Amino acid sequence: MANFMTTFGIWLAAFFTLSIFSFLYKDNPFYKFAEQVFVGLSASYWLVYTIYNILIPNLFNKLGTDFRGNLILLIPMILGILMLLRMVPKLQWLSRYPLALMIGTSAAMSMLLSFKSDFLSQMAATMVNPFSFSSPVDIVGTILMIVGTLCGVFFFYFSKKQEGFFKVPSKIGIWFLMVSFGASFGYTVMARISLLIGRLDFLLRDWLHIIK
Amino acid sequence: MKRNAPLVVAFIAGLVVLVGGFIPREPFPSIESTLIDWFMIISGFAILLGQASLLHLNITRVKEKMPNWPYYLAGLISFALMLIVGLLWGMEQTPGLLGQGDGIVKSLGAKPFDYLFTNAFIPLSATMFSLLAFYIASAAYRAFIIRTFESNLLMITAVIVMLGRTSFAQLLTGWIPDKLSFLRLPELTNFIMEYPNTAAQRAILISAALGIVGASLRIILGIERSYLGGGK
Amino acid sequence: MKKVDRTVIERRIVFLILVLAVMLPMLFPLGLKTQSTPLTQKVYDLIESVPTGAPVILSFDYDPSVITEIQPMALALIEHAWKKGHKVIATAMWPQGPQMADRAFNEVKEKLAEQNPEAELPEYGKDYVNLGYKPGGLVTIQGMGRNMKAIFPSDITGKKYEEIPLLEKVRTLKDIRYVISLSAGDPGLRDWIMTAKGKFNVPVAGGTTAVSTPGFLPYVSDQDQLHGLLGGLKSAAEYELLMGYEGDASRGMNPQSVAHILILLLILFGNIRAARKRKADKLALEENNG
Repeated sequence: MANFMTTFGIWLAAFFTLSIFSFLYKDNPFYKFAEQVFVGLSASYWLVYTIYNILIPNLFNKLGTDFRGNLILLIPMILGILMLLRMVPKLQWLSRYPLALMIGTSAAMSMLLSFKSDFLSQMAATMVNPFSFSSPVDIVGTILMIVGTLCGVFFFYFSKKQEGFFKVPSKIGIWFLMVSFGASFGYTVMARISLLIGRLDFLLRDWLHIIK
Repeated sequence: MKRNAPLVVAFIAGLVVLVGGFIPREPFPSIESTLIDWFMIISGFAILLGQASLLHLNITRVKEKMPNWPYYLAGLISFALMLIVGLLWGMEQTPGLLGQGDGIVKSLGAKPFDYLFTNAFIPLSATMFSLLAFYIASAAYRAFIIRTFESNLLMITAVIVMLGRTSFAQLLTGWIPDKLSFLRLPELTNFIMEYPNTAAQRAILISAALGIVGASLRIILGIERSYLGGGK
Repeated sequence: MKKVDRTVIERRIVFLILVLAVMLPMLFPLGLKTQSTPLTQKVYDLIESVPTGAPVILSFDYDPSVITEIQPMALALIEHAWKKGHKVIATAMWPQGPQMADRAFNEVKEKLAEQNPEAELPEYGKDYVNLGYKPGGLVTIQGMGRNMKAIFPSDITGKKYEEIPLLEKVRTLKDIRYVISLSAGDPGLRDWIMTAKGKFNVPVAGGTTAVSTPGFLPYVSDQDQLHGLLGGLKSAAEYELLMGYEGDASRGMNPQSVAHILILLLILFGNIRAARKRKADKLALEENNG
């Protein structure tokens, strides 16, 4: 039985794979069916994990084993229930309280953390003496990095149309951004092709057994 | 009141975290830990809300027999199926309401939730995203056209990086003498990624960080309130 | 109307050629070899530098849509960490993460058992543990920095944190010797860099999809915000090379390389076509004006 179910599972996976690929020819009932099954499965997957990985261990188990010691957890539970009231139009306004608590907390944390990590540390990482390197490639590269970073920031922060001398750093900033976007395109191609390799590998290896 | 009281909640939560960031002494770390616990639990309910909205939307579509309703019905059935088997027998080593379901594992070869995950969720998710490979190939042919100096820069970099990250790169430029080794494609790609790309991405990071500081302050001070919804 | 049909047909031809370009090198491998790069070596060196018995975190912050790129990294990193005797703690910022972790652990165990049936295999709870999924990104990681048990009261089997032998000495994130986030987006590696490294000074390395790799490179600097980065299938293949085996990623580099060449050819043909069209349009315009 288990063997049959394993084989059936592979055929099911192949059916869904081909159904999605069929969209490349044109939109069709197989694709629409597979797409909605995906939406349904994703939603219930997330729901089951939320229940078993968050609500049970972090809330219900704690309340169940030591209710008195964890009384304070009733507050987030009530706030969570208020969040669900967003579904009820008349009581929707109550969901603003949990939302405000979450947004306030995460805004403050991300402000502190990104300022340190993405501003201070990044500025410090740019303050390098290019001539401390021995290899000419590193010296040129470091100079490029410093100039590129400064001009890039200039471009973002003085984004209105620049005239005269101030046009130059903006323009250089754009050049660096273009080089980076080109690199990103190259990497994106790499990522997308990898995903296709994975699916064809499944079809040829696990389903058709053409490659071992 | 309905609008301003939540702003006070956001302000107090934000302020406590900010002050705690600069004064890491009690009671701030304890308050912060409590807020984090609450945050996680409320996040759990927020996820439930998301799934409930989706369910509500699809049930309405099916009830009102809107176009393509049979597909939405298929979505609802798969939702219910995965939810029920997940709740009954759990997943991986997590027990469900009926325990680990040893009997059903014997006949299926896995827990029903994991079986659906392996044979339906994984192929659907991975194939859905692999379609992007086709669209990027099509875009490369139709839209990646040289027009200006800037687009030339983008194109040249893309070509070097794409070649440099293949296994052909070494074969193509391995003959370049050691003195000029920086011209070999893998080295050239590393150079582009390490310096000009890093410069541009760093400029984006620095600028975005300042943006985040501004946006966060606006939220904490109650100037930015669009997240509460419901208009002015 | 006719023109639209031609576009559709052209697109379908491109699709078909792409399938062939990927499929043929899978059927007939070219035997292409890959070369390691400094960023991959840096991740390898980080794991090498940590002593036996040290607790480490591998965070599974991705879903099955990117398994081709990231799962080979997970396998290689787990094998490396186990070979070094590290105690691997799996966490997940994405709900699909715990399943990905479970699969990776089991696959590496099967491989080790195949290689040496006599060998003692890593034991759950003692050598590795799967703590499951938690939402919240950097907020949750900040919580781990205060108290791991508060965030993860139990593992995925339902066993209490304090009853898991491997976690006996792990009270906060600061007791962890390194974090490697296998990340497909947000929340993920960026949250670990900002919080684990930025706030608690725990070394962080990463494995990401190639799409997000360029955006993470500024963190690899003398500030050591990121101790190396694996970006996409190529880096996964490089890590396999460093580990001394050819796995899924190394095999994948054959079709990957051929497909890149195809994309380059498509760009070339697309530009030739565009140049011809521009020329034809210009001529037509001149004729009209004339």
